[in-house]
Amino acid sequence: MQRLSRHHSSAAEELEVIAPSKLAIENVSKNFKGASGAVLALDRVSLNVAEGEFVCLVGASGCGKTTLLNIIAGLEKPDSGTVQADGKSITGPGRERLVMFQEPALFPWLNVFGNVLFGLKLKPNLTNKDRHDVAKYYLELVGLSRFERANVHELSGGMKQRVSLARALAPNPRVLLMDEPFAALDALTREQLYGDLQRIWKARNKTIVFVTHNVREAACLGDRVIVFSPRPGRIREEFAVDLPRPRDINSVDLAVHATEITKALKSHSQPEVAIAE
Amino acid sequence: MKRFLLAALFFAVLLLIWEALFRAKIWSPVLLPSPRQVAVYLEGAAVDGTLAKATIVTMRRLLIGYIIGLVVGLPLGLLTARWKVWQDTIGTLALGLQTLPSVCWVPLALLWFGQTEAAMLFVVVMGTLWSVVIATETGVRHVPPIYRRAALTMGSKSLHIWFKVILPAALPFIVSGMKQGWAFAWRSLMAAEIFVTILTGFGLGQLLHYGRELSAMEQVIGIMIVIVVIGLMADKIFFSPIEKFLHRRWGTSQA
Repeated sequence: MQRLSRHHSSAAEELEVIAPSKLAIENVSKNFKGASGAVLALDRVSLNVAEGEFVCLVGASGCGKTTLLNIIAGLEKPDSGTVQADGKSITGPGRERLVMFQEPALFPWLNVFGNVLFGLKLKPNLTNKDRHDVAKYYLELVGLSRFERANVHELSGGMKQRVSLARALAPNPRVLLMDEPFAALDALTREQLYGDLQRIWKARNKTIVFVTHNVREAACLGDRVIVFSPRPGRIREEFAVDLPRPRDINSVDLAVHATEITKALKSHSQPEVAIAE
Repeated sequence: MKRFLLAALFFAVLLLIWEALFRAKIWSPVLLPSPRQVAVYLEGAAVDGTLAKATIVTMRRLLIGYIIGLVVGLPLGLLTARWKVWQDTIGTLALGLQTLPSVCWVPLALLWFGQTEAAMLFVVVMGTLWSVVIATETGVRHVPPIYRRAALTMGSKSLHIWFKVILPAALPFIVSGMKQGWAFAWRSLMAAEIFVTILTGFGLGQLLHYGRELSAMEQVIGIMIVIVVIGLMADKIFFSPIEKFLHRRWGTSQA
């Protein structure tokens, strides 16, 4: 693993960058007005994500990582700075950047199949037969073919998140934005899903931005792990994780990486007043 | 089957108690007819068509008024949930008028419309409308924002969100509002029919009224039974299946 320098790239490194970023976040700031006055949720955050990359954002709660995800999703607007996907400014939510939320935001009035079909129905240029086949494919991919007629409340927490994943994947977005999707699950289910997610990410060639406060999870999933610090929300450090895939969250190598990232996280997690630069 | 038998037994016992009270002659037979007399009246009324005619008249008033109430109430509820201006105006009005027992509309309806079908319809609409408006508004306000956000990221836009996300998400509330509206409309229509004689058609309420005028207690009780049965049927045939579906889908209870 290497600790990447964020600001002082050498000329050689600079020239190496040819491909345009899938996601380009430039100097994004965002304020929230809370009960205790304005909170600077994001302070001049810049981040580039390459096509097909798996990037994890870690940080203590309140560090703005979810806010950044919502901004990339187009669900929130930054106060300043620019956010681009494929070189185009993000003006609102769209199905090329789908979000998987922490709570499974499945629709209770639809059954499992109906939920996966929801996004597909909004996609033009598909016949209904296509839509059905695609929905079936993704339910198969997350291992829930047998439950396509089930009602949402009949599923376990892990199954619900699998359906959420299938629903997010079905419209075939290029970018998948995941906001602590496995936080509420038990360890065993989570481990299974780490494997599934890595497999699906490779198979469907997605770009994934994954928010978590679990460093091990980040080290297990990410090509890169970005460390945030809270109040104001800033990017402090980033780590490239070059372990072979599929990774096992229990491996010793991974633990070594996680320890180092945790150390960095701790050193940055003391809330501070904005430093004048 | 066991449940059915038990229920049947219960009603048989009720009838027996009634018959026993009649035979004990505690009250004059004019005040308490026997179940047989009531059955004879109902049979006669059924054979000569009085009952069917009155039921049709009443149900037509009820259904037309109820549907108007729904068609107007649902969009009004959506508007009050969506925009503050509507909430502060129509929403407050609905809240106020919903507390008004809908029978209270009868005098006003009579003065405005005279003894016409329009008066009847007006009373039924007023009974339905405000419940539906308030239930729809409450339902929409209770939709978790995450549904909307999830739909937005999947490319759902304003109108699509309203029809495919917010309305179905609010359905449990809307259905209970529809049920309440139905109950209010049914009660107020009966009151109106008892008070007001309208020559364009005799409803069940009017039969009830004439039963009293003629001191024909078997008619009064017979019609009351018919009214109860219609209410039960509306619940069992129309609302109950919808509620069962909602419970099954949402997992809210083991109905």
